[in-house]
Amino acid sequence: MSVARRSLVIGVSLAALAVAPAIALAAGEPFYVTLLTRIMIFAIAALSLDLILGYGGLVSFGHAAYLGIGAYAVGILAFHGITSGPLQFAVAILASAAAAAMIGAVSLRTSGVYFIMITLAFAQMLYFLAESLNIYGGDDGLNITQPSNFGRLVDLGDPATLYYVVLAVLLVLLLLTRQLINSRFGLLVQGVKSNERRMAALGFPTFRYKLAAFILSGTICGLAGALFANLTLFCSPAIMHWTRSGEIMMMVILGGMGSLFGPVLGAALYLLLETLLSGATEHWQAILGPILVLVVLFSRSGFFGMLTGERTTRGRADG
Amino acid sequence: MAEALLETRDLCKSFGGLVVTDAVSLVVAPGEIHAIIGPNGAGKTTLIAELAGELRPDSGSIHFAGADITRLAMARRAALGIARSFQITSIFREFSVLDNVAMAVQAHAGHSFRFWRSARRDARLRDPARQVLAKVGLAERAESRAVALSHGEKRALEIAMVLATRPRLLLLDEPMAGMGPQDAAGMVRLLAELKRQVTMVLVEHDMDAVFALADRITVMVYGRIIASGTPDAIRGDAEVRRAYLGEAAA
Repeated sequence: MSVARRSLVIGVSLAALAVAPAIALAAGEPFYVTLLTRIMIFAIAALSLDLILGYGGLVSFGHAAYLGIGAYAVGILAFHGITSGPLQFAVAILASAAAAAMIGAVSLRTSGVYFIMITLAFAQMLYFLAESLNIYGGDDGLNITQPSNFGRLVDLGDPATLYYVVLAVLLVLLLLTRQLINSRFGLLVQGVKSNERRMAALGFPTFRYKLAAFILSGTICGLAGALFANLTLFCSPAIMHWTRSGEIMMMVILGGMGSLFGPVLGAALYLLLETLLSGATEHWQAILGPILVLVVLFSRSGFFGMLTGERTTRGRADG
Repeated sequence: MAEALLETRDLCKSFGGLVVTDAVSLVVAPGEIHAIIGPNGAGKTTLIAELAGELRPDSGSIHFAGADITRLAMARRAALGIARSFQITSIFREFSVLDNVAMAVQAHAGHSFRFWRSARRDARLRDPARQVLAKVGLAERAESRAVALSHGEKRALEIAMVLATRPRLLLLDEPMAGMGPQDAAGMVRLLAELKRQVTMVLVEHDMDAVFALADRITVMVYGRIIASGTPDAIRGDAEVRRAYLGEAAA
């Protein structure tokens, strides 16, 4: 019953995303293509966080760091005249994977509040590192003169092309992660969230699996960062600010933790509200805040749970 | 006597000034049910935790199947075949009953860096899990969520998870805790069936169960072993009667 509603919500959302650029361009509102691209990029970032937050119970409060690493990988390479798309994206993915490996190797030795604080601290370190890189614009950021070059067939400088590339990446990731969460690895990660002591007693060396999940999550978020650099053609330390990490987490919680598609809706809801409200008043955060509180209060499985009428029990906090 | 499966030599552990394990030397023979009894605070659960690898003893050594395992971590000991059940039910609450047991099977089915195939449709995990569930009488509840089970069923699930790891040694910490007479009788029947298939160290307060099941009984008081022997010998031991059984019988 709720499986059907779930498919309906996902199907309608994805169908809307598929036809949206045509409608927006026909209506003479190209701005919406950019907005939706931005939403989908943040949906990828939120999806990556949901993997470890919703399924693994790992509250990473520094996910903006990987967004920044991915964006700066594109920006810095472009600054030095290296515009090859495959190379830029490969560097973005490898750099964010390496960063996640190092951050995870340290952070995962802690848990609870300490884990939150350490991941936050690492993200802040990278934030200040970016600020201090004067050659790359420091605090002012770095303009990217041309998008990642994927040959003449795929021109990321064209908003509609970039839109569909991002949509394709999002779709592929949704399919891959859906497969992942039901695999042995995925169930193991959920077992760690549910009862890590039991997992260890059963004989699982949990640390290496948590680290693998952490690296996977950071890598996907880094990919989102590389896409983001192509959207804005600009990167600055602001992309790594801790409030950004908070926004990504908010999108996950708002959409529904542990549901994969929930964070996609969460990103859409958050950014649409932000756009709508900031157009109406400069005190838009005073309106956005209470709305977020209400959604979280009335549906612990988030906006997605409200729409499908199901309780995403995996997302439930457990003692 | 055959060579010991598990042996501790002069195991000591204290928390601050409180000595909870005091020169404990224990020998568990293969195939036996070795019960550990004693009043509350005797250090039984601490001893189980040290055997399982959750707590590191201050001194002394632990040997399993001839190898010194004193310094091995919990997961490594589990891989060698030492499985424990917890005094407080420890299961994956939001998983289905079958998922719980399949997870235990998975723990001993090679590494879990398998990202693609659905583990929920993997016969190599699901079939053994179903067999174990049938053995403990939970076959009917396979698809229920674990949190929805009754207390007795949860304890049976706990045993099923431990069995699914195909252990050589079972560390059972009060498997009948909080059970009604009916559930407790069911658990005694289950453990009696498992006898000889797997060696067990049983910590339990239910004396009827202990004397019905155990081949040997070790009595602990304040972290020390005050007696160890067959159920008949323990029943007749004057010091044990004074320290423990007398109180329980009164």
